Amino acid sequence: MRPLPELTSESTAFWTGGERGELMIAFCDDCASAIHPPQVVCPACLSRRVTPRAVAGSGTIYTFTINHQPWLPDMKVPFAIAVVDVDEAPGVRVTAPVDCADPATVRIGQRVAIGFERREDVWLPLWRLLDAEANR
Amino acid sequence: MTLHKATITGTGMSDIGRNTGRPAMHHLVEAAERALARAGLTRADIDGICTYPGKADNSPGMSPLGTGEVRGALGLQTRWHSAVPDGPAQMAPIMVAAMAVMTGQARHVLCFRALTESSSQSAGRRASIAGAGKAQIGGWLSWLVPVGAMSASNWAGWMATRYFHEFGMTREHLGMIATGQRKFAQQNPAAVMQKPLTMEDYLGARMISTPLGLFDCDVPIDGAAVVIVSAADAARDCASAPLRIEALGSALRSPETWDQRADLTTMGAHDAGADLWQRTDFKPADVDVLALYDGFSIFVPMWLEALGFCGHGEAKDFIAEGNIGPGGRFPVNTGGGQLSGGRLHGFGLLHEACLQLWGAAEARQVANAKTAVCGMGGGFIAGAMLLNRD
Repeated sequence: MRPLPELTSESTAFWTGGERGELMIAFCDDCASAIHPPQVVCPACLSRRVTPRAVAGSGTIYTFTINHQPWLPDMKVPFAIAVVDVDEAPGVRVTAPVDCADPATVRIGQRVAIGFERREDVWLPLWRLLDAEANR
Repeated sequence: MTLHKATITGTGMSDIGRNTGRPAMHHLVEAAERALARAGLTRADIDGICTYPGKADNSPGMSPLGTGEVRGALGLQTRWHSAVPDGPAQMAPIMVAAMAVMTGQARHVLCFRALTESSSQSAGRRASIAGAGKAQIGGWLSWLVPVGAMSASNWAGWMATRYFHEFGMTREHLGMIATGQRKFAQQNPAAVMQKPLTMEDYLGARMISTPLGLFDCDVPIDGAAVVIVSAADAARDCASAPLRIEALGSALRSPETWDQRADLTTMGAHDAGADLWQRTDFKPADVDVLALYDGFSIFVPMWLEALGFCGHGEAKDFIAEGNIGPGGRFPVNTGGGQLSGGRLHGFGLLHEACLQLWGAAEARQVANAKTAVCGMGGGFIAGAMLLNRD
């Protein structure tokens, strides 16, 4: 099995937001910068007031790869892993597997929506391709 | 210009191989003996020691030896020692050693890198997979590994996919790197991959993580390399011409992870590379040989652009024009690189560049090579160095 993320005070919101179906991104309360991976200080203004909040959960594929190598005995291949520019959070990318029947259909620029897969006490994100209409 | 007080006086590499079954320390001592012989020094002359990253077992066989064990095995009496897990990539110990000799902490620093990834893999523990066997993972890896990106080939695959998309590079361009370095390997008896590699072989090999296939990935091996960094005044008495460390570059201007850099058609190399040239009057046109980190083939065009050998997006044409292979104007990784020579985490590439400057590269010698540039690291870690001899 893949290792799960260690939960920290900064990261717990991101890894558990999926219980409510929410993509949780950290924002600075003072200058509104989005901060990912989350940290307790805003790198733009040094504010310590950083709060996670739900964003729309959609985005655009910046890049991706299709993994063909089974790195673990239980790994099913191939699957695509996408690096996604997240809507409503400028500068933030969320990387997650793409949940689709055929990874060969994945393209840069495709619109995607967040989904989650529960593993023990965390909800791992995954990206779903939005319909062809949205990707035209 | 300002760094002339630090030099490289000797390098050595062990008899590397796949699944050698030899203890890491045997490789290390062999490499040390060869480096000392090259430098014309003895163990008693070594008064400093440095390595990257230090003894670590977060990935099997990735770094089996620490400075303490090596001091013990070689019976060294040191005045200065350090391991650098967090620095400008595999170049870090060379850079720190240069600063050590320039500040008088030591006169001759033995820098080493040992790996037993091949034996570890054969023992059933897969090498180079971050966090394998762990229940939980922290730090920057926690944003990659749990979502399925367990291998650096995935992370490099993201960069290659984006680079292909923006600049029209194809697998054939990367294939020119892999097949060209194989030709160099065939001129280097120490390289682990000696069979011919055709473009057809390259394109037909199994995919690892698109667009990177088997021959885009370097080869895990067992082996060790040693680089001796000496103060310039101490280097005068050495057997080989001292290689001056003309400039170092280690700038980093993006986050500590592989997916958040704003432009993933660039990497940390671009920050370190730009920094390097700001510290010297030398220009890329002055360079005779290049040692560029090729953990994955895609790093080579990125390093070429990062170091200003061609413009952003132009590396595919630069490579296709034959610049970097055997007989090219800017030969890269003349020993076969890590793709065909084996992965010594940059130390093997640096060793080869030094051999070239000493005129000791035998069949693959670049005529009258006097200046070499080394770019180590991929993703967010990078260190660059310019070496020059009289």
